[in-house]
Amino acid sequence: MPPSLVNLTIDGRKVAVRKGTTILEAARQVGSHVPHYCYHPGLSSPAMCRLCLVEVEGASKPMPSCVTTVQEGQVVRVNSEEAVGHREGVLEFYLVNHPLDCPICDMSGECDLQDYVHYGGRERGRSQEPKRVFGRDDFGGDVLFYGDRCVMCTRCVRFMSEVEGDERLTVVERGDRAVIDTFFEEGLEGTNWHGNIVDICPVGALLSKDFLHKARAWDLEHSPSVCTSCSQGCNVELHVRDNLVQRIKPRENLAVNGWWMCDHGRHNYEWMNRGGRLQEPYARVRSSSTGNGSSANGSSGNGSSPNGAGRSSWSATLSRVRDALIAARGGAGTLAVASPFLSNEDLAALVRLVDALGGGRVVYRSRRAPDENVLKGFPQLARRRDLAPNTTGLGLMGAKRVGDDDGAGGLDRVAGHDGVVIVVGDALHDQMDDFAASASAFIYAGSHAPPSARSAHALLPVTNFAEQEGSFTNLDGRVQRFSPALIPPGSARPPWFVLGALAASMDGGEMARSTAEAFAALSASSPAFAGLDFEALLEGGAMAKTEPTRGEGR
Amino acid sequence: MAYPYVSERETRVISRGFGDPMQRVLDIYVQRGGYGALRKALGLSPGEVIEEVKRSGLRGRGGAGFPTGLKWSFMPKEPRREHYLLCNADESEPGTFKDRELMRWDPHQLIEGCLIAAHAIRSSHVYIYCRGEFFEANQILARALEDAYAGGFAGDDIMGSGRSIDVTVVQGAGAYICGEETGLMSSLEGKRGLPRVKPPFPAAVGAFGAPSTINNVETLAAVPHIVSNGGDWYRQWGTERSPGTKLFCVSGHVNRPGNYELPLGFPLQELIDDVCGGIPGGKALKAVIPGGSSVPLIDAADTRACALDYEGCLEVGTMLGCASVIVMDESADVVKQVRRMAEFYAHESCGQCTPCREGAAWTVRILRRIEAGRGTMEDIDTLMEITQGMVGTTICVLSDSVAAPVQSSIEKFRDEYLSLIRPEHRVGAA
Repeated sequence: MPPSLVNLTIDGRKVAVRKGTTILEAARQVGSHVPHYCYHPGLSSPAMCRLCLVEVEGASKPMPSCVTTVQEGQVVRVNSEEAVGHREGVLEFYLVNHPLDCPICDMSGECDLQDYVHYGGRERGRSQEPKRVFGRDDFGGDVLFYGDRCVMCTRCVRFMSEVEGDERLTVVERGDRAVIDTFFEEGLEGTNWHGNIVDICPVGALLSKDFLHKARAWDLEHSPSVCTSCSQGCNVELHVRDNLVQRIKPRENLAVNGWWMCDHGRHNYEWMNRGGRLQEPYARVRSSSTGNGSSANGSSGNGSSPNGAGRSSWSATLSRVRDALIAARGGAGTLAVASPFLSNEDLAALVRLVDALGGGRVVYRSRRAPDENVLKGFPQLARRRDLAPNTTGLGLMGAKRVGDDDGAGGLDRVAGHDGVVIVVGDALHDQMDDFAASASAFIYAGSHAPPSARSAHALLPVTNFAEQEGSFTNLDGRVQRFSPALIPPGSARPPWFVLGALAASMDGGEMARSTAEAFAALSASSPAFAGLDFEALLEGGAMAKTEPTRGEGR
Repeated sequence: MAYPYVSERETRVISRGFGDPMQRVLDIYVQRGGYGALRKALGLSPGEVIEEVKRSGLRGRGGAGFPTGLKWSFMPKEPRREHYLLCNADESEPGTFKDRELMRWDPHQLIEGCLIAAHAIRSSHVYIYCRGEFFEANQILARALEDAYAGGFAGDDIMGSGRSIDVTVVQGAGAYICGEETGLMSSLEGKRGLPRVKPPFPAAVGAFGAPSTINNVETLAAVPHIVSNGGDWYRQWGTERSPGTKLFCVSGHVNRPGNYELPLGFPLQELIDDVCGGIPGGKALKAVIPGGSSVPLIDAADTRACALDYEGCLEVGTMLGCASVIVMDESADVVKQVRRMAEFYAHESCGQCTPCREGAAWTVRILRRIEAGRGTMEDIDTLMEITQGMVGTTICVLSDSVAAPVQSSIEKFRDEYLSLIRPEHRVGAA
């Protein structure tokens, strides 16, 4: 046994933990949850909620497990009669002034007070007196304060001072008149991380205005995902109801974002819910001599698209597209425009398709912020300059960034190219209607059909990241998986599936049938991703080989 | 007879200057032998001073009774950074008024004690945290400190010894909790006066993150006398385990309330009858709180058996605390007194720990209801149970201070509670 380990007994179970571990953390390691409010692993511990008190043999008083470090041979009881009875008593104190307005509280269903009282509270409270009333306050930014529900854990105060490094909240008054407040009229407005205080509030005292009364917690489906708002790659959950993303919450990953995420990322989700989607694949045969389109409907074709192409089934469309690409390849070569919101798997399929067409160039455009916004108390986390999730993945696969910091421009060569043009995910918002009008073949794959795709020979509906499975590579080279949260509209398919099918039909290779297979193909073809296991990427992610692999014998 | 009241049974060591305005004057203080102890202490090593104080058996006069010399010995012998002596002059316990008098009448005695203690713990900075409401005491202390600096008794190179010790007087801003040692440190640092979790103890991490020793005014006032006359001299008074003299602040139903300095172990009954001239109008004694409002109250029988030292009070189920004796005769309304004390603590709770924040206020509401005749038998049981949940479950002991009067009054004076409960509500729980 290494000397840095300490042996103790928790509820009869023997456990060896690192020296300096708190009893609360040691208990967590053996699966025993000690109820607590003021303790949070990312903040200092004032040991004031008094809920985490446990019985320690030999101690004259119950000990706060959040600040008491383990001792060799210590015997701890989290669930002894004394500890349980004590917890029951403290929970009753919490309910003396708590309004119990769960039916109209957004926190209901994910509230620690609700959970703890259901689990270990008294059947009936004995307080008969009227409750203290603080009312409601607008803290500025996205935060509403419901003072009556507050359990005075001060996590929010400590987050603002210790982690955000901008002291905007404090406790005023004392005793049971103590209440969280802002400094005079200066609220949270202008701070960039305050959404986290809503997450860490154990009760419904701090609520998000954006989410207010939007959904009950139990109606939300949680999908582990990765934030797409910058290249940091914060681990998040998408919370979905009615096939709409209702909010984003951070997910713990100490190597990337700790427990936090920025307000910019947190509130940047409505684009995932945007309607007016491209739902069915369209293809048309265009006479290359005139440049004018003439419809060629597929088997299920009925009705027409804005640019006159016919709607068709995937198999008919893809075979038509393949034929068009075969006819058009060679010559001036292929130019592809990718999006930094595409997954590693999507990009690999695109690269494979470009290779199948005889090679070419892949470019992308992305927005860049003028500066980083670092979280002072957790400096490995920042809202990065790159405002997209997968610029690193694009770079690893040889794509080149073009255009300016607004994600515009840089496509002049593509717009006038007379070889094959493939655009995946880029909305071409700044391009003219005659974009790629002279291309020998122009394939547009996206979630929406923009006006600049008017000249496309085929419009292929693809999913956005929230509707599919896949992985992004963050700025440090960490490859992280995300899960599907939404049901895609119509016939939309993931880009890796559509592009992979096309590539397979042209290079005669295998076609990936699942994201795992698509990732396996990626890790086989790209040295940077070699050896990574897709199944293992969901928890924590794994590092891609971002350094040159020279000398490693591959 | 001088000073509001004095008694021939007193042993006036630290209170010898009470009632004498000349004691405040530096020259007079020095003429009377003042700062002689400091001169002597500076000629001794810190360890020797600590040994002398240990020999005296002096115990902390703020309420806990921790041996002073032992406390000093916890401080680092080879300081790696500036560390501090803190003097707790935030006297706020209801019923206590001894530190105020020590500062008003004999400020140099306190300053001398502080300087000796600072020398003993190898500190060169003393903070005297004085209760803000003690306006007069603050002024007198500030004036005395100016004189001490001018006279070369404080500041750089004290009395040519080469030793430099600064003293700063800090005014509190009106919170009882700032008299709790770690709450005082938070307040001293300019933060909200919130008590902190121990460990770490002040001797390891105290004010401004540095090792600190904190002593009560009365403790430090006794130090010059011990250094001058020796620890054994101090032991001529008091008991084996509680040596020395102690100031008793007597208030309530006695003919001559006031501060009396008596040897520890003095019988409580004699304090009331002889020293304080008994109860006005010859009324019968009902209850006594011997150590300030945060200790359990005792009835007349316990009063007769109570010796006023740390151990003697424990024997009758209460504590000596800071020796603030509150006397109640038969006309006193115990429930009302307890309610008023609970209100004080609910108002002064810092609001950190849930049992104290919620429990104290809840206790007050139940007591008010009982007083208003709307209580039930269950309320009495509830009071006992919720106050039990406030004992030993919080960062500091303010919470325990609510429980002590409530529980002891229910145990000793249950009938007074029952008389407030309407007959139709008296059935049910026992």
